[in-house]
Amino acid sequence: MELDPVLIARLQFAFTIIWHIIFPAFTIGLSAYVATLCVMWMRTGKEHYRELARFWTKIFAAAFAMGVVSGLVLTYQFGTNWSRYSAVLGNVVGPMIGYEVEVAFFLEATFLGVLLFGWERMPPWLHTLSAVAVAGGTLISAFWILSANSWMQTPVGFEMRDGVAYPLDWLDIVFSPSFPYRLAHMVNAAYLTTSFVVLAVGARYILAGEHLQHGQTMLRMAVGFAAVAAPLQLFIGDQHGLNTLKHQPTKIAAIEAHWDGGTPGELVLFAWPDETAETNRFAVTIPHGASLLLTHSWDGLFPGLKNFPANDRPPVLPPFFAFRAMVGIGLLMIVAGLTGAWLWWRGRLFSARWYLWPAQHAWWIGFVAVICGWIVTETGRQPWVAYGVFRTADAVSPVAAGSMMTTLVLFVLVYGVVGSIGLYFINRLIARGPRTPEIEPAITRAPTLAPQAGALAGIKPSSTPMSE
Amino acid sequence: MESYLPVIWAAIIGCAVAMYVILDGFDLGIGILFPFAESEHERDQMMNSVAPFWDGNETWLVLGGAGLMVAFPLAYSIILPSFYLPVIIMLLALVFRGVAFEFRWLGVSSKPHWTFAFAAGSTLAAFCQGVILGGLIEGIKVQNGAFAGGAFDWATPFAVVCGLGLVAGYALLGATWLIMKTEGKIAERARPTAKALLVVVLAFMAIVSLWTPLAFDRIAARWFSLPNILFLWWIPAATALVAFVAWRAIESGREALPFLATIALFLLSYLGLLISNFPYIVPPSLTIWQAAAAPATHVFMLMGTLVMLPIIFGYTIFVYWIFSGKLREGEGYH
Repeated sequence: MELDPVLIARLQFAFTIIWHIIFPAFTIGLSAYVATLCVMWMRTGKEHYRELARFWTKIFAAAFAMGVVSGLVLTYQFGTNWSRYSAVLGNVVGPMIGYEVEVAFFLEATFLGVLLFGWERMPPWLHTLSAVAVAGGTLISAFWILSANSWMQTPVGFEMRDGVAYPLDWLDIVFSPSFPYRLAHMVNAAYLTTSFVVLAVGARYILAGEHLQHGQTMLRMAVGFAAVAAPLQLFIGDQHGLNTLKHQPTKIAAIEAHWDGGTPGELVLFAWPDETAETNRFAVTIPHGASLLLTHSWDGLFPGLKNFPANDRPPVLPPFFAFRAMVGIGLLMIVAGLTGAWLWWRGRLFSARWYLWPAQHAWWIGFVAVICGWIVTETGRQPWVAYGVFRTADAVSPVAAGSMMTTLVLFVLVYGVVGSIGLYFINRLIARGPRTPEIEPAITRAPTLAPQAGALAGIKPSSTPMSE
Repeated sequence: MESYLPVIWAAIIGCAVAMYVILDGFDLGIGILFPFAESEHERDQMMNSVAPFWDGNETWLVLGGAGLMVAFPLAYSIILPSFYLPVIIMLLALVFRGVAFEFRWLGVSSKPHWTFAFAAGSTLAAFCQGVILGGLIEGIKVQNGAFAGGAFDWATPFAVVCGLGLVAGYALLGATWLIMKTEGKIAERARPTAKALLVVVLAFMAIVSLWTPLAFDRIAARWFSLPNILFLWWIPAATALVAFVAWRAIESGREALPFLATIALFLLSYLGLLISNFPYIVPPSLTIWQAAAAPATHVFMLMGTLVMLPIIFGYTIFVYWIFSGKLREGEGYH
């Protein structure tokens, strides 16, 4: 059997990037949560905030390590697997990646060391500042990476000369039409994903009757956040969808499995889209539903897949099903957030086992939603790597399919091992809980060579928070 | 102005690669020295001496890759496919040793596995980097602005020599780092290790310095033609002097000097390689001007880089300063 290098390169990239996005989605949210906890600790002086910050920092470290190493892989895959992409679009896309490294990656990676190792060595304000620096770094990281991705979705501000893209207007390129929506949607998704992890851990402790104070704090913070952010996500997602309809009609047609642009769109609740017959099988639909959502009018028309030549259409099944999974989880999160808020208001949040039990097991739903969202937007962009400009099939490296297959297998093996062990260890850290006494002896410094520890701190190396 | 932009960018990327080689060099070196430690406890201390820094150190590799993509997209699109397997194996090795920093502490029964992963991953990553370097010096087959060679073009004796040489070099950086950052038995035992490694590294440097002019005419012409030799003779002389200083510093019980002298040794070798290959970014076919990105791209990225690089240097120094001084037994955050 002849291996198709384009297919293998795509499988490999899909695998490595799906694996990677799990960690940024978690660490963007978790770094913000740790920074929040540090600020709460400084403001209130309550010890359990510090313990929680320290507890989540350890989990953050494990997740961040996996995020760093898998992110490094991606930086090089643009060259190893997609060298034509780099040669043709590098002039335009390159700087976004470059700025991500210079403005964000260094900031996160450098201050992570301080965040992890500085607990006993630095004054609380400096430690909190490091937490904020890491959280800010992850956020800026998201800004640039999503800017690069958004340009690929909605490319503007450039011209093609001799088959190579040249920049014309950097503001247009960085702030391409889909960028604000994608940025808001993804950052909120990261925060929401993390809040459900925190919710699950809090529920787990309360159900087990241990670390009660910590569990209750986590539960309150998570529920409070989700009750606001989950409905907000629905609104952002809706706006993002309208923007996509304007700029990437083929993606919307695939998401809705809408074949005929001449008739109002049905909202397809379930179906098996058949690409060869160009119709939906086993469809359960709400007539005019999609028209109502996308055009805000009963008889509104929007392009269907048949409006585009077959070789310009994306595959229908991945965006169609991934979109439904994402929206389903999003709706579930709204229900969970609002129910939790209601229970809190009634004073029953910590006793409603029927709520806590499912919550304890729901830690993963945000990750699935994030992955599904990316499947929607990336497969929905096909067959283009830069929408309407440059085809995915033309972007691949002149590398033997056998080499790519070999490394694909290696990636699956290595990531499989590392990912499952990482998950196991994170679960163990959670099981150990935030209050377990340290196994390692307390940190001390050689006094002769570390005068700055005391000078910086200006306090005894204790855990007392310092308020101004 | 436009013809200077590629030179400025080559200097920036050259600087990033040098930063990477030195900074990640010493923490990869710690991994390479792992098998020679006497106990797991000693390995704990070795790992803790680099743990606060490794993330930031490795970021220079990200900058090297991203910088190459931004400033010389054509070189990026040729070099990476041509070293497809060594690049990806290096990345996977870095995955293993990177997560080992966390995972090694999290389980008692699995600790030996992660000790192995850290050592093997560090060594393999260093070896692959040397192989890529050697392969790059040997040249890449290019047709119509794209890589046109086979999957194993890089697998040559010269590349293997470079790979082994870099492993030894990183181990030397690691050993001298231990002399500087640790106390007691680890630091004591690091001295004879560093001495032995210094000899090995000098041997590799001699081999590469003789091999390259003998095998590549362009490199022989660069060094031995007049008037070049009049300007370049001091580099081998300085290398010999620095090697002597390093040797004496290790012997005489100096703490920081062995590490600093090793860095100087690395920088001199690096300078030598740059002189051998300038102005090629893909030897022997593409110069930095031929591979350069659009001037608008260079300028846009340069504006940010001139602001950001000093800031990055600033907080990197700040963090090294926070964690300056000797590491004591049992220090760590796990």
